[in-house]
Amino acid sequence: MPRLINRHPGRGPALMLGLVPFIVLIFAYLLGSHVRLAANPDDKLLPTPSTLMSTLHTYAAEEDVRSGQVLFWVDTMASLERILIALVLSASIGLAFGLAIGALPVVRAALAPFVAVVSMIPPLAILPILFIVLGLGEVAKIALMTLGIAPVIVRDLALRAAELPSEQLIKAQTLGASSWQLVTRVILPQMWPRLIDSLRLSMGCAWLFLIAAEAIASTEGLGYRIFLVRRYLAMDVILPYVAWITLLAFLMDWALKILRSRAFPWTDMSR
Amino acid sequence: MARVTVKGLWKRYGDTVVLENINLDFADHEFVTIVGASGCGKTTFLRILLGMEQPSKGRLLIDGEPVSPEPGPDRGIVFQRYSLFPHLTVLGNLILGLELRRSRVLGKLFGARRREAIVRAESILEAVGLAGARDRYPAQLSGGMQQRLSIAQSVIGEPRILLLDEPFGALDPGITADMHKLILDLWAANAMTIFMVTHDLKEGFELGTRLLVFDKLRHDPQAPEAYGAKVTYDIPLRRLKNDRERQRLAIVEASGSEPSYAPAG
Repeated sequence: MPRLINRHPGRGPALMLGLVPFIVLIFAYLLGSHVRLAANPDDKLLPTPSTLMSTLHTYAAEEDVRSGQVLFWVDTMASLERILIALVLSASIGLAFGLAIGALPVVRAALAPFVAVVSMIPPLAILPILFIVLGLGEVAKIALMTLGIAPVIVRDLALRAAELPSEQLIKAQTLGASSWQLVTRVILPQMWPRLIDSLRLSMGCAWLFLIAAEAIASTEGLGYRIFLVRRYLAMDVILPYVAWITLLAFLMDWALKILRSRAFPWTDMSR
Repeated sequence: MARVTVKGLWKRYGDTVVLENINLDFADHEFVTIVGASGCGKTTFLRILLGMEQPSKGRLLIDGEPVSPEPGPDRGIVFQRYSLFPHLTVLGNLILGLELRRSRVLGKLFGARRREAIVRAESILEAVGLAGARDRYPAQLSGGMQQRLSIAQSVIGEPRILLLDEPFGALDPGITADMHKLILDLWAANAMTIFMVTHDLKEGFELGTRLLVFDKLRHDPQAPEAYGAKVTYDIPLRRLKNDRERQRLAIVEASGSEPSYAPAG
């Protein structure tokens, strides 16, 4: 009998084990829902699966009576557009400043302390300022997300760039590399996969800031809808929306992971 | 041509004296091996030659010209580890030196110029025994193959001086004989002066045309940092060389053909 620490489940058993917590959660929900609805048929807290499905159908397949739009997809598109713009913006800022700070000691001396301070500003604390200065439109929401995650990516990439073995940089110089070539041919190519890692880790924060901004000032969006129907205790809307947001976030994370291993095969080879 | 002259060279870190008053003169195409106890400044000396560090006092001249204070293409380096670019294939690592020099903005070659660089790189890959590995990444190579590539990478740029910092220190003893043959072949075929730091005295005698021993002559037990290392032995090996060369080749040939390297990991 090997030690527990040396027992590795095979592919099939690992999959089964991974499913267990999900099954437990679903079972607990069904049980709770059943018990509560048996006591009070009008209970709104834990709706039955059939209620959830029919509400989701109303939102995702039927036009809203008042606006004539299919709310679920309008909300989804609005939120996705915001978060994707913010992620692209943050990645660009993170890459540009992270590289410059990590690679050039002069830029590091000038900007690293500033970025360190800026990244400590709680983004939600300056949300009112953003709304006052930038208005209640899209710009303020995207600014919130970008302010929240870009400094983190900048610092992460700066650290990673500075972590490259000095031997590599010296070697490149003996091969005739200029500063520009060092950055574009040696440092930048090694930063791409790290940028993807950084984005994956920032994704949770990006969604957090998105929902927060939408909850406060918006006319559509996944976060807006959740906070809107909260007034009616509409758990049958909130729960599918939360599940949908989770699925979207999971898929984005998964896509980035696939992209990383496809585009940068050398990163998985380290011995 | 690469005559290297070291004049009154000192290196201090704060109060710690690492090297004191080194005076040396090296002829062109010398193969200098440097040995000494650890912490006696042999690597520091190499780093000063490379331009990674500046001497506290004294001068370093190559062909009578003061050496540039930063690493440059006239001096190649092979470190013990980490000097390959993990994001480039073997071929990519090798042609990088050509690309950086011939394409100042993009650092990349295209079309006919790229094909020409690849032809050049492939002949060198052949010479160092890596032709079969041209599309692999460094992480897929064994330690010996990585060092072959690193040496090839430096040699393709035709440096006047090649610096080797314990290049075979991390390798299996079994393949060092092979590596020795490789480096001697490259040294013979290219007009370059080699400085090699090693902790292996035997290796130092075997490869060099001149052997330097760095050691601290004076020692103050109250202040161990007060005195630095000097060159305590400077042994010309060239006269012994022909004899040794024949012996060595006989040994290498008797040991059979090149061992094959299975990719690790």
